[in-house]
Amino acid sequence: MKRFLLTILVAAAVMAVSGCARKSPGAELKPTAFGSALVESSGGKQIGLVGAALAQPLVVQVNDDQGAAVPGALVDFSGPAGITFDPAKAITDSSGQVTTNVALGGMAGRYELTATTFSKAHKIINLKLEEIALGYQQQLGQQLNERYCSRCHDPESTPERVSNYDNLEVKPHPFTEGEALNKLSDADLTAIISHGGPALNKFVLMPPYGLTLSKAEIQALISYIRLVSDPPYQVSQMVYGGK
Amino acid sequence: MEPRKNMLSSLWHELFGDPIRAFGVVSLVLLISLAIAPAKNYFSEWRHYQNQYLQMVRRRGEAVTLQRHFQGGIQQVWLPELGVVDRCTTCHVALKEASLADVAIQPFRKHPVIPHRLDQYGCVMCHRGQGAATTVEEAHRSTLAWEQPILPAKYTQSSCGQCHRGNLTGAAQLNEGRYLLSRYGCAHCHTIKLPAGTAMQPTDDPPSLEHVADKTTREWIYAWLKDPQAYALTASMPNFKLSDADARDISAFLIASSSAIPQDTAPVNAAKTAPDPTAGATLYGESFCASCHAVQNAAGNIVGGDVGPELTRVGSKVKAEWLQVWLRNPRIYDPGTAMPHYRFDDHQVSVLTGFLQAKTDADLLANVHLEAATPDQIGHGKSLVTEYGCAACHEINGIKRPENFAPELTRVGSKPVNQLVFLPGMAHTLPDYLAAKIRNPRSFGAALKMPQFSFTPAQVDALTTALLSLTDRSQNLPPSMTVPALPVSNYQPAGKAGHLMADLACFSCHAINGRGGDMAPDLSWEGSAVQQQWLKDFLKNPNTLRPALIRRMPKFNLSDNDITELTDYIMTVYQTPAFDRDSMPAGGYPPTLVEQGKQIFYSKYGCQSCHIVDSKVDKGYVGPTLTQVGSRLNAAWVYNWLKNPQALRPGTTEPNRGMTDDDARALTAFLMMQKGTVKQEVKK
Repeated sequence: MKRFLLTILVAAAVMAVSGCARKSPGAELKPTAFGSALVESSGGKQIGLVGAALAQPLVVQVNDDQGAAVPGALVDFSGPAGITFDPAKAITDSSGQVTTNVALGGMAGRYELTATTFSKAHKIINLKLEEIALGYQQQLGQQLNERYCSRCHDPESTPERVSNYDNLEVKPHPFTEGEALNKLSDADLTAIISHGGPALNKFVLMPPYGLTLSKAEIQALISYIRLVSDPPYQVSQMVYGGK
Repeated sequence: MEPRKNMLSSLWHELFGDPIRAFGVVSLVLLISLAIAPAKNYFSEWRHYQNQYLQMVRRRGEAVTLQRHFQGGIQQVWLPELGVVDRCTTCHVALKEASLADVAIQPFRKHPVIPHRLDQYGCVMCHRGQGAATTVEEAHRSTLAWEQPILPAKYTQSSCGQCHRGNLTGAAQLNEGRYLLSRYGCAHCHTIKLPAGTAMQPTDDPPSLEHVADKTTREWIYAWLKDPQAYALTASMPNFKLSDADARDISAFLIASSSAIPQDTAPVNAAKTAPDPTAGATLYGESFCASCHAVQNAAGNIVGGDVGPELTRVGSKVKAEWLQVWLRNPRIYDPGTAMPHYRFDDHQVSVLTGFLQAKTDADLLANVHLEAATPDQIGHGKSLVTEYGCAACHEINGIKRPENFAPELTRVGSKPVNQLVFLPGMAHTLPDYLAAKIRNPRSFGAALKMPQFSFTPAQVDALTTALLSLTDRSQNLPPSMTVPALPVSNYQPAGKAGHLMADLACFSCHAINGRGGDMAPDLSWEGSAVQQQWLKDFLKNPNTLRPALIRRMPKFNLSDNDITELTDYIMTVYQTPAFDRDSMPAGGYPPTLVEQGKQIFYSKYGCQSCHIVDSKVDKGYVGPTLTQVGSRLNAAWVYNWLKNPQALRPGTTEPNRGMTDDDARALTAFLMMQKGTVKQEVKK
């Protein structure tokens, strides 16, 4: 009887161990080199849709003390619940870089990602990156921004759209300009959008949109402005991990 | 065996040896078994979450309010019209608690803002999953094959598409997916019946191949078939992954089956001059070919529109004689083409031909060496053309358009997973299946016919979203719940002007009465908006109204008769019922009113932020230049536009300023005085 129970126990243990082993495919990745710094090459600060893959992959580079690229170092990506990396773990290529495709989680907000590598002395080196996921409301705001605001508020011209920013004597705030815009409350922003610049003694060239946009549309626009502002508007917009 | 038997019999004796003890044991067993149901209820998942929630809110400032809102027990939203029973709010207790916006822990998150009330549609209408279930596993993951698991967040917009059949503001991904389904011609092979009773129509307009031998060479067809994107990065033709022999035989058949263009196609008899690249580039620019056609520049960027095909390597494709015929009048080769009939003279045709023919790529055809085709190859080519369904998109002599060539997709969003064949290693869900199928169809079997498209990951997501919206529920919705799409208009202007507008392909860029493109302004009410003389001058020599735009109205070299015909038609027919175009005078306003208008133009309304009236001072680049607006627009239009721009053109960027009648009249007076000068016009 005892022997029978023992056999079952051993079998269960073997199965559990083998099951666990299959769950960690990255286990065979062994770094051949170690760096001392981690820098972003491209792919940070992107704006994507909730749950969807970002348009550009995230590329980070491992450097040594002299700032030269280190091939063969291990980089680990992590982030809040819901975010996925493909791959989540990789060895730097010949140019010292690791490329991963990021899909954001199901909640709208800012996602703080962390890329991690180890120095020779097993010291943890972290690089914090940020990506933005738009929910329904922020996406609507983004569309309204494209239609009504960006011609003046976005200084960048594109082949499809020449910016009017440089033509204005008092420069409008780009929506990423958190330092200026974060000081304005939601009520202030609503007033400026609805009644124009003069509503808050701002410049007359900002026209009123209160009769053009609905209340819900103005709210959507504000939620978009809040989400893309840099530095962030409120800590509560960060998406935290945990279950 | 023996000791175990002894053990069992001693156990039996222990428990049921005497009647009192047996009674006690049986009672105990009965008691325990009766307690199973209440215990299961007590320890249920949802009760655990509700307790957890109460613990969480106890520590918060607004605890009393939250506790008052909280309702224990199983919660249910029942929508008999939709057949929806939703118990999600049993665990997701705080969906409506605005003060919990900072809570990121599920199932206690507040629901983000959406345009619907939560109890009006419940949860499963948008998120799918099993609404009636009361455990996490059964509600979200749906273990049974006929059930729908929770929809991943990135496809949520597909649920909007179940009721909203047309373009929907705020659901860009769904709109994009639906656009791609038409634009990439999915609907040529797959029937997609829409709930309104019509079928989705493709909008890609693949060329007819009936006269293809006149247009291009067999070598080019071969190279194109092998890899369309090698010729043009933006080509919407998918890659059929043909073998060399198959591409050889199909090209042989297409050339052999091609017939001559039926009309007179005598080549242009201009004196053969050496190609003049400068003159060609100028004419290409002046004609605004780039509004519709893209070219890849030296940096590798695609610059230009996507209405017509990319022209980066067009010199390696088309024959010079064909190009001349095409440029002289594209409707001879393709009566339904979106390309306007420019009235180029022979010299212009030969200059433009030379310019386009110089756009070659030596690498494209360098390795293509085809022997003369044998009858066997042509026959094999014909059977391949039938097999791959080429005629579903292209007209081909001797091949009938196949019906229902590929599986119907009308209800693909409700396809049960047990009817799908998954690849090893992929998640067994419908969205994953659809995305994989779009991304790489042949990975499901090399013998499959569906070709390889070159979609970006975002396009794959958008297409999957659009397909997931084609559900049983969408087909069976009560009509009161649906938001129908705008009806498809097949508006056709009448008479001689109608013929002219078809010949000039006005509808490729302009919309009139619900039909046409969105590249240029809607002309439905153009007759109320502009002055007759200005329209005549504009058609003769289109100058730039919006300096910031790259896409502009081309010059069609129209005859005076044609211009009069078009102008008269537009001025008479395209009138808005909203106001009388003669209700305001074109000029003669008192100077004080004009001065007052000028004052409020600059100070009160700040119009110069977007418009230019005085080109020396103003810099606004968003709206059209107003230096000559008094010679261009009708006064009543200007007045009514100022009062409410969106009423005249829905969605226009200019905000409604809620102007008083007096202000609008003063501004109209000021603007109508901006007549411009002939000199300025020439300069521009």
